[in-house]
Amino acid sequence: MDSIARMNNRYGDDKDFAGCSIFAMMNLQGKRFSSKDPVRGISSMHERGNGLGGGFALYGLYPEHKDDYAFHVMYLSKEAKKKTDKLLNESFEVIHDEEVPTKEANVSEPPKVWRYFVQPNVKKMSTKTADDYVLEKVMRVNTETGKAFVFSSGKNMGVFKGVGFPEDVAEFFCLEEYEAYMWVCHGRFPTNTPGWWGGAHPFNILDWTVVHNGELSSYGINRRYLEMYGYKCTMQTDTEVLAYAFDLLMRRQKLPINIVSQIVAAPFWEEIDRLEPEQARVLKALRQTYGSLLMNGPFSVVVAHHGEMIGLTDRIKLRPLTAGTRGDFLYLSSEESAMRLVSPTLDKSWNPRGGEPVVGRLKTSKLVEVLVK
Amino acid sequence: MRSYLSPEYVVHRDQERCIRCKVCVNQCTYETHYYDAEDDKVYSKDINCTNCQRCVVFCPTNALTITKNPSAYKENDNWTQEAIVAVKKQAETGGVILTGMGCDKPHFTFWDRLVLNASQVTNPSIDPLREPMEIRTFLGAKPDRLELENREGDAVLLTELAPQLCLETPIMFSALSYGAVSLNVHESLARAATEFGTFFNTGEGGLDSRLYKYGDHTIVQVASGRFGVHPQYLDVGAAIEIKIGQGAKPGIGGHLPGEKVTEDISQTRMIPAGTDALSPAPQHDIYSIEDLRQLIYALKEATNYSKPVSVKIAAVHNSAAIASGMVRAGADIIALDGVRGATGAAPRIIRDNVGIPIEFAIASVDQRLREEGIRNKASIVAAGGIRNSADIVKAIALGADAVYIATAALVAMGCTVCQKCYTGKCPWGIATTDPWISKRINPKIASKRLVNLLQAWSSEIKEMMGGMGINAVESLRGNRLHLRTVGLTEAECRILGVKMAGE
Repeated sequence: MDSIARMNNRYGDDKDFAGCSIFAMMNLQGKRFSSKDPVRGISSMHERGNGLGGGFALYGLYPEHKDDYAFHVMYLSKEAKKKTDKLLNESFEVIHDEEVPTKEANVSEPPKVWRYFVQPNVKKMSTKTADDYVLEKVMRVNTETGKAFVFSSGKNMGVFKGVGFPEDVAEFFCLEEYEAYMWVCHGRFPTNTPGWWGGAHPFNILDWTVVHNGELSSYGINRRYLEMYGYKCTMQTDTEVLAYAFDLLMRRQKLPINIVSQIVAAPFWEEIDRLEPEQARVLKALRQTYGSLLMNGPFSVVVAHHGEMIGLTDRIKLRPLTAGTRGDFLYLSSEESAMRLVSPTLDKSWNPRGGEPVVGRLKTSKLVEVLVK
Repeated sequence: MRSYLSPEYVVHRDQERCIRCKVCVNQCTYETHYYDAEDDKVYSKDINCTNCQRCVVFCPTNALTITKNPSAYKENDNWTQEAIVAVKKQAETGGVILTGMGCDKPHFTFWDRLVLNASQVTNPSIDPLREPMEIRTFLGAKPDRLELENREGDAVLLTELAPQLCLETPIMFSALSYGAVSLNVHESLARAATEFGTFFNTGEGGLDSRLYKYGDHTIVQVASGRFGVHPQYLDVGAAIEIKIGQGAKPGIGGHLPGEKVTEDISQTRMIPAGTDALSPAPQHDIYSIEDLRQLIYALKEATNYSKPVSVKIAAVHNSAAIASGMVRAGADIIALDGVRGATGAAPRIIRDNVGIPIEFAIASVDQRLREEGIRNKASIVAAGGIRNSADIVKAIALGADAVYIATAALVAMGCTVCQKCYTGKCPWGIATTDPWISKRINPKIASKRLVNLLQAWSSEIKEMMGGMGINAVESLRGNRLHLRTVGLTEAECRILGVKMAGE
């Protein structure tokens, strides 16, 4: 993974850090909608980014391939594509592949972006689950082939991201052509990673995506803790450790979001000490056991996977996050103005407290089954 | 045989200021000062002076100053004053040179080569005077994961956690054995630990039954001599510590001369009064790692698995591998005592040459336990050479859960680190069991001084954490990105797991 780490953190800083804007929008009935509102929302917070990163995660994107893993791959050389194609063909049945359509836009030095719809090669999977098999292969492509980077690997969803303002990235990837029931959008203000498309948000593994605004003061220990559980933090970003922490706690250890939020944004001891004994015992045990996963320092984050969208900030809310609903829509945004631009009237709008998660779940039973639990 | 040694210090008395009150005569336990009635003057025998500063502090007219004897051997970087004096002493006595406190050489201190981080622009620093800043620390084995059940919307904890010690500050008082120090010193430590919400360690000489009431804040030690170890002693403590080694004297046991074994100490240590209490060099039931496991579990069985068991070792060459074995043997806490750790008495040659600096021991043990995926199975407590709150922050950032302090605690009570603890005549009333001298420690006052020290250091720790943008100590622990080195080699940086400043 050396090459990715170098591209993502070219000066060898402790990690890559950035400030940002977040805008996420979900139709709770699972009805798909166009890019118009999400792109308007995120681009209204233009001043929060600096044109060095914009990106989108779209859920419900590929209904015609809903059972195939959809890989979006960036290539920085022809050689890398050749090697990656070979590896993908060995490990997967490639149902369909094509270049992702793009058009002229104000973005900087775009790589070739390809998409593949694949099924795991059952003969080689042995006892692994399909998800773990895919995860392993994605890590392998990203570490071994050099200059190739799988930046999206879930089913019926896809990430589009690059170097430019979000509205330019949207134009480049022709997002007006797509529809999705959940859009998670990000505009970035990095301080040390100019020019690397893979460094933009959202960060994705399988169908999990994370967009994030902040800088974790606890990064050093979060990372070392996750390494104990086999994660390799090769991107060297806060977003990556957040994503792995959610993967470990929610996917692998199957803890519900209300518990996970009390790990990554733990309540203070003075609050815990005031609670009923049984409740205090749970929170105390969480802090004792998972103290190294407390995400300390400023962050606001939107974590999404099929059927669920979660907004969360650090426990003293050092980064903004605001929420609103209108009809079947749930909005999460760095600034209220973006929500009001898209939907001047909101049924409800509120500022969640530090460490208090906002969770949007699909109401239709069919999509709830897709939940990873 | 005529001694060729000259006084190390010179006592200067301003005879104009001296009011012949004889405070110095009474305070000096080494009989340095004496009153000459004929002259109506107080004089000093410089050769007896240890420069403990007791007389200087207590002289009501500030008539006394003590300086290093300016008369010295010819300067020589190899044959230093200390080296020549040592040879002469040994030629006159044929004995091992004893000393007290920790190594006094500069070359083992790496804290000063580490600098801390602070937040600028990209994230905010936090003001601990205005916002919560948490340093509560739990010591003991933690599970890999928690099992929870959802019962009607309430999360119910299914995993039972191993017993833990709860510290309101990541600072504990390290082992100071009863006999090496007096009951008043033990009581001062016990009271301060109780008041502040931390722990004091009994050391290897048992616990006087008058102090059992502080048991909830006491770590009872079990060492090779088994002095004062009995069922009630194990029951009364909040945790048990098996002492394998000590940083000041790795590989050798504690030696308490018979003169210090008074009636009270004989009772507590369970040995006849006036006999030497010689701890064997090893624990004779631990010749290997599987033996350690047996002792750990014997102690856990004896206390019904109700308290964590700590194992303390001197930091030595293979600490990382040894610590890994200790965790697998069932230790809930690993206490590491570095080469600068102090003692009441040790051969100087051992104190100054055996063991490794605590900084490297913390870094390599923490890293090894992580690589083996067992870091959560035990807490790490670092000891030996902690001089201030920055040392503590650095120790925690390197990977320690908490630290033990002993020298700093004694200094708070009055100790001036004169290194003569082994004489048993400590003029500050600390390293002595002489009933007349030990009265100089008043537990009420001494515990107040200790609490003040914990308060001051805790505030400073919070200030430094806030500067880094961290408001809970668990986010500092093992977070080596908040450290940088200055003036260390690449190899040293690699072992510490810390980048160089500017990197």
